[in-house]
Amino acid sequence: MKTIILLSFLCLNLKTVSAQDSSLLKAIEDTLPVTEKVTGAFKSTRVINAHSVEMLARGAMDFRILHRFGFVSEGVKQLFGLDAASFRMGFDFGITDNLTIGFGRSTFRKELDAFVKTRIFQQTKGAKTIPFSLVTAVGYTIYTQEVVGSKNPSVVDRSAYYIQLIAGRKFSSKFSLQLSPIFIHTNIPFVITDDRNIFAMGGGARFKVSKRTAITLDYHHPFGHFADNYTSPLSLGVDIETGGHVFQLHFSNATGLNERAYITQTTGNFFKGDARLGFNISRMFKVGRKKKIVV
Amino acid sequence: MKSLTGLCIILLLATSATFAQSKLYTKAGNISFKSKTAIQDIEALNTKVLSVWETNSGNIEFSLLIKGFQFEKALMQEHFNENYMESDKYPKALFKGVVENSKNISLTTDNIINTKVNGMLTMHGITREISIPAVIKIKNKEVSATTSFAVFLEDYNIKIPAVVAEKISKKINIQINIPAYKQLTTK
Repeated sequence: MKTIILLSFLCLNLKTVSAQDSSLLKAIEDTLPVTEKVTGAFKSTRVINAHSVEMLARGAMDFRILHRFGFVSEGVKQLFGLDAASFRMGFDFGITDNLTIGFGRSTFRKELDAFVKTRIFQQTKGAKTIPFSLVTAVGYTIYTQEVVGSKNPSVVDRSAYYIQLIAGRKFSSKFSLQLSPIFIHTNIPFVITDDRNIFAMGGGARFKVSKRTAITLDYHHPFGHFADNYTSPLSLGVDIETGGHVFQLHFSNATGLNERAYITQTTGNFFKGDARLGFNISRMFKVGRKKKIVV
Repeated sequence: MKSLTGLCIILLLATSATFAQSKLYTKAGNISFKSKTAIQDIEALNTKVLSVWETNSGNIEFSLLIKGFQFEKALMQEHFNENYMESDKYPKALFKGVVENSKNISLTTDNIINTKVNGMLTMHGITREISIPAVIKIKNKEVSATTSFAVFLEDYNIKIPAVVAEKISKKINIQINIPAYKQLTTK
């Protein structure tokens, strides 16, 4: 009896020894709960037109050129829209990893815009899991184009404001999805009978087809009273990354290139050929102090 | 019967003795790497390297999270993880090997020992045999270790596209620095 007890004890003992031998690291790895931030849900800080859940890193400057041609449906006389152009040039700055500010100017109504984008929390996995990232963007727009045939509107009359919440999740290394509800207040809408307060529900998705290319989709559905010719902005595109650049090529029905313009002033039916070829070029620069790597 | 019991006790003692052998560990090892080309230098550092070294058998292991490498430029870090190391798919780099002549190293007398470590390095889903020189320093019973060696990207199936081929070296120099190994106490 004694022998059996001893033998079984011996076996147990041997077992624990061999278990330890299989990996020396196991014992210390188990004591380290690792929480990992999920990064790179989208290639750029914009899905196409809309803010994405991605932020700039501290000290990064993103020089963005957005360009939209005319509608393809304009036909051969306008070279399928290539004769027309709408343009926005902007600079975004990463103040901290969770705070990005940016400004830009669009040709459409000669509008200036600025925004502050803050990350409330970031998707994580591991010991402490947060299923999605939450980001908020607050922006201001003011058009500077002269208004013909009426008294010149004041600064306040030209202004509009928006606040947007962006909730996004990287489901896999290939697929990311975000929802972006937005509230826009325009002091004097372009069409005076349009609603001054507009709520829109937005959605964006990214599907990676290779390491450096992805297909993107960006849509907003505004709710409220609009002139009949206004439609919902829909864009479908391809992200191509080459080193410090991200090229975003796409078809979109939106002319405007800031939140107020593309959500409240998009015309044309995407599915009836009223789509325009467009591209965004994002060039990343390092402006802040370099992170020190001490070896 | 008695002799069998005796044998068991001896065996039991023998296996228990393996518990008593010295295991050293660290959770704060440093691994850095450098890529040098005429156009661009790239450097990154990971300060959370795990390592355990069983001095009697010489068995040694290293483990690190690829995402733990810190770069000067955030964009480099993103590209490193997303495009080159695919850290979502292959989150860790591992090394399992043996320190040559390990059991003859006295951990109590001040000394600087040049030795070799042979083993298998796993990263980006590929395992390869490597042999690297190492320097082990013992001072005031504190054990530290350093090594440097080079790996070739193509050996680990890390592809560099032609556009950036001149900016990223095919040969990457790696430095390991373990400032202090601590005694691992097993229960």
